[in-house]
Amino acid sequence: MIPPATRTRAIALLDRFAATGAQVVQPPILVPAGPLLDLYGEDIRARAFVTQDPLRGEAMLRPDFTVAIAQAHLDAADGPAAYAYLGEVFRRQEDDPDRPREYLQVGLERLGDADRAAADADVLASIAAALRDADTAPATGDLGLLIAAVDTLDTTPRRRAALRRHIWRPMRFRRLLDRFGTAVVPRPTPATTAPLVGLRGAAEIAARHDALAQDAATPPLPGQQVQALQALLDLSLPMDAAADRLAALTAALPGLLPAVERFDARRRALAARGIDTAALPFAPARGRSAMEYYDGFTFTFARRDGGVVATGGRYDALTTALGGGHGVPAVGGVIRPGMLP
Amino acid sequence: MIRLGVPSKGRLMDKTFDWFADRGLTLSRTGSDREYAGAVDGADMALVLLSASEIPRELAAGRLHLGVTGSDLVREGVVNWDSRLDVVARMGFGQADLVLAVPAAWTDCDTLDDLDAVAAAFRAEHGHRLRIATKYHRQVRDFLRAAQVADYALVDSQGATEGTVLNRTAEAIADITSTGETLRANHLKVLSDGLIHASQATLWRSKTAGWSEAEQAEMRRLADRLAS
Repeated sequence: MIPPATRTRAIALLDRFAATGAQVVQPPILVPAGPLLDLYGEDIRARAFVTQDPLRGEAMLRPDFTVAIAQAHLDAADGPAAYAYLGEVFRRQEDDPDRPREYLQVGLERLGDADRAAADADVLASIAAALRDADTAPATGDLGLLIAAVDTLDTTPRRRAALRRHIWRPMRFRRLLDRFGTAVVPRPTPATTAPLVGLRGAAEIAARHDALAQDAATPPLPGQQVQALQALLDLSLPMDAAADRLAALTAALPGLLPAVERFDARRRALAARGIDTAALPFAPARGRSAMEYYDGFTFTFARRDGGVVATGGRYDALTTALGGGHGVPAVGGVIRPGMLP
Repeated sequence: MIRLGVPSKGRLMDKTFDWFADRGLTLSRTGSDREYAGAVDGADMALVLLSASEIPRELAAGRLHLGVTGSDLVREGVVNWDSRLDVVARMGFGQADLVLAVPAAWTDCDTLDDLDAVAAAFRAEHGHRLRIATKYHRQVRDFLRAAQVADYALVDSQGATEGTVLNRTAEAIADITSTGETLRANHLKVLSDGLIHASQATLWRSKTAGWSEAEQAEMRRLADRLAS
């Protein structure tokens, strides 16, 4: 059960977000499962309560607010908008019986702002202000740098696409990177007498054999690019110090430059809002394995004991997926009032 | 008194009775053939006959102290099973493998790495995720999540799962097989790293059951015999 004191705190946080001009919205608790399954895949079933609506099919108790708010914005609004919300989210717990299944989130989402650096900095600064009296520390990341680094690798579009697809799955990404970094042993096409059954056709099988043959003929990724990508994954410094390192990495990955410029613009925007970027921790890969698939700026606020009080980030690609190819710039963050020290 | 749950019919029941008999405990059904009541000779123990699929739940709830059932059913039916049940003995029968299988004609797909790449291309081509038919949702999902395979969907199949590919309601299956005969007959093959779980009949001890002093003493007396 959610303690009344937590609810009181949550209401105060919501009022604060509303006072910045955000429109307060109340998305439904019961949501159709289809869009969430499409976005997150089967894994969401292990983390969300799934139920059956006899007329509408599978439904879920909302595991987050972001998808519903982004969908409503795409359906209705034109032009930029800011939304604030407060309510329960529901998460299945299969491992730890003591973790809550039902807890409050108070959040802020900004959709449609063309000035991404300013919107990123506004959201972080709003959450920092809301948590001013709580003993928490922020940390930041930027998955946009990883994506840009992959997009600039000197290799085939197919290999870049394979790496991009697994940005959020570190183990598989690592395996692909190892494979692409060395010469591939060509794979023979085995003969079979088995009749083909199922929906996947002979043309699809032949196309993949072609793809495998082409991949085997592809030269390995340049060693210095693999090293630069690895350096990007390992980078963890205060934001200002990270800026110098990122500039140095553009030597091996020249295509990284626009993403580094976006990082710098955000850094200046944060500093302009009074955030101490000389001390603010930064690691590009932060937020990489969160369920929410961020594709740009990410941040967390944590207690001294490590408990995470707030998370957020940019999710432009999610709106593109929801909007059937037409996305908008989107960034947001949530506070879990129940985690406040 | 220790409550022992045993499958109520078929080969699994007969083999279980034999296994206990080899260890000096005579299990028997009482009354008529249709009556699910039983007795244990040689230990201070009550025999409870019930469906193998209900035994995991009864053990986890602590209504049975001991129980015999397949390890696949425990993994599927009991969340966090290792914190609620102990293995007393793997009994050496009822072997069956939970495997991931694809059409044998998929000459480009032999591993989970392949399946992941095939799933990506399949989704792009067909507009929906590659469907895997199974009734073992939890184990399959955990297995594929650990392997970080993406772009698949599980579809429920409670029977005749091998036929779902032919019937085009799934592209791949995850099911129990002992000889692989049914898979072959349906033109399917197991991925080389597609063994999800090697199951066998197992004697379990419930950690959640209330164990009285007398029950604990009786269990200590039997422990060596049952664990061998």
